[in-house]
Amino acid sequence: MKINVWVLVLVCTAFIQAPLYAKGDPAKGKILAAQGDGSGAPCATCHGAQGEGMAAAAFPRIAGLNADYALQQMLAFQQGKRVNPVMTINVDNFNQQQLADLAAYFATLPVTPATTPTAPPEQLALGKKLALEGDWDNYLPPCSSCHGPNNQGVDGNFPGIAGQHASYIKQQLELWQQGQRKSDPVQLMEVIAKRLKPEQIDAVAAYLASQPAQADQ
Amino acid sequence: MKSVHKVFISIAMVLAACVSTAILAMQSNDVGQVKLPSIKPGQYVHQAPTLADIQNDKDLHPELRKVILKGRDLFMNTQQLRGKNVFNDMNCKSCHMGEGRMAWSGPVWPAATTLPDYRGKNGHVNSLEERIAGCFSYSMNGTPPEYGSDTMLALVAYHQYMAKGAKLYDRNIGGRGFSSLGTAMPADVSYNQGAVVYALNCAVCHGPNGEGKRVHGEVVFPPLWGDGSYNWGAGMARVFTAASFIKNNMPLGQPGRLTDKEAWDVAYFINAQERPQDPRYTGDAKETREKYLNFHKATLYGTEINGKLLGQHDNTGEKPFLKPDVLKPRTFAEGVVPEM
Repeated sequence: MKINVWVLVLVCTAFIQAPLYAKGDPAKGKILAAQGDGSGAPCATCHGAQGEGMAAAAFPRIAGLNADYALQQMLAFQQGKRVNPVMTINVDNFNQQQLADLAAYFATLPVTPATTPTAPPEQLALGKKLALEGDWDNYLPPCSSCHGPNNQGVDGNFPGIAGQHASYIKQQLELWQQGQRKSDPVQLMEVIAKRLKPEQIDAVAAYLASQPAQADQ
Repeated sequence: MKSVHKVFISIAMVLAACVSTAILAMQSNDVGQVKLPSIKPGQYVHQAPTLADIQNDKDLHPELRKVILKGRDLFMNTQQLRGKNVFNDMNCKSCHMGEGRMAWSGPVWPAATTLPDYRGKNGHVNSLEERIAGCFSYSMNGTPPEYGSDTMLALVAYHQYMAKGAKLYDRNIGGRGFSSLGTAMPADVSYNQGAVVYALNCAVCHGPNGEGKRVHGEVVFPPLWGDGSYNWGAGMARVFTAASFIKNNMPLGQPGRLTDKEAWDVAYFINAQERPQDPRYTGDAKETREKYLNFHKATLYGTEINGKLLGQHDNTGEKPFLKPDVLKPRTFAEGVVPEM
């Protein structure tokens, strides 16, 4: 595949609709979160008053989420790289500055703990092994090789996944398997998700949910 | 010409910034498939033990188990020796992925089954300890733990346990080292195309300037050039070594995603960047290249790329010395008393 560097730069530039790291205003984001985008519901309807999410419905915790990551995901809902009709309706009227404001607001909210897992110890042990050691014989590197120490996140491309609701982690891994989520750079997550067996998904989701989302928790 | 280099780094940064959109156009359809070279007929293969095997092996004395597990811990988190033996951001597992157990990922067990053996790199017979010392001197830009020390014993014990049950002295090993693409660099290898491959596939983890990524001081993605990376004497500084490593291991989880040409180009691009000095430096990069040409014929060290003579500098990175004392010749030639 021969690519002219300058052509690629131009193509790329055309793709960029806004700087990925647009500065958001948390105060404006708070107001937007309460108002909604005009056609959808306020964020709190599903994600809770503190951004804590709702485990029973697989609505993720968004409090304390990396702002760059949150912004990229909302853009992905707008652009169809993440297939989720509800989220798309809820954010489709926001412009990119407004999305950045929302992301900045939720990033400032204190992390709420995920529900205490009821998973059996052997399932948690399998999940811990996958999260921290991987299963290299099946070409599964540990989650932490990209999601960072204790899976608490690296940056906008590698979010913290510790302390997230198990139901949501499971749902997302399955969406990757089904091709409904294409927002990951270089298909880094898609390939891993597609190699996971159902029992591995259950185990890793249960273990990650049981772990603190931040180092100081 | 120096500005050309800068221009390409800038391009890489721009590309990295839009990587998430651009890659949509280049999504791989057979995603998830692990595409590795096949083992040639007659080649020896060995399944290295796992962590669970170490933990559950009833033949191991509890004290030996502790030593092997300590070796594994040092292998996975070599940064615990930072400032003492390690002076960059690398861990053993950075290059020997999958706990040093994986074929095509520099599995470590062959070192235990084939050494002592003659090594062309230093022109004499090397022990396993001396081989590990080489990694510390070059890939870790540091100085090895003392021969016979607790640290060295633990590392040797881990290597040797990984070889449990393997055949001694069989050197025709499938998936050993990093050379599946051969040692001859293609004539049409391209720095510029390598920069594009880098921006689209590597920069998201290793950063637009190869600087890697850290969280709270802990290395997540190792630097590929600059002070935090392997020095000019490391095996990975050879373009063919890096090309084969990349082809069979990168991007993480996607062996074989890149074409051979892409792997060569990006390996060339990465190894055309500056890094800490070769510990064998004579004060003149061209002279050092000539002196160790059996190694440096595969690197870009001491050659001019984009108008700059690579390796002509006194930068040893974080390491406060150039050459560890342990790097010295050995001979058993008649009439020469071997050094004790």
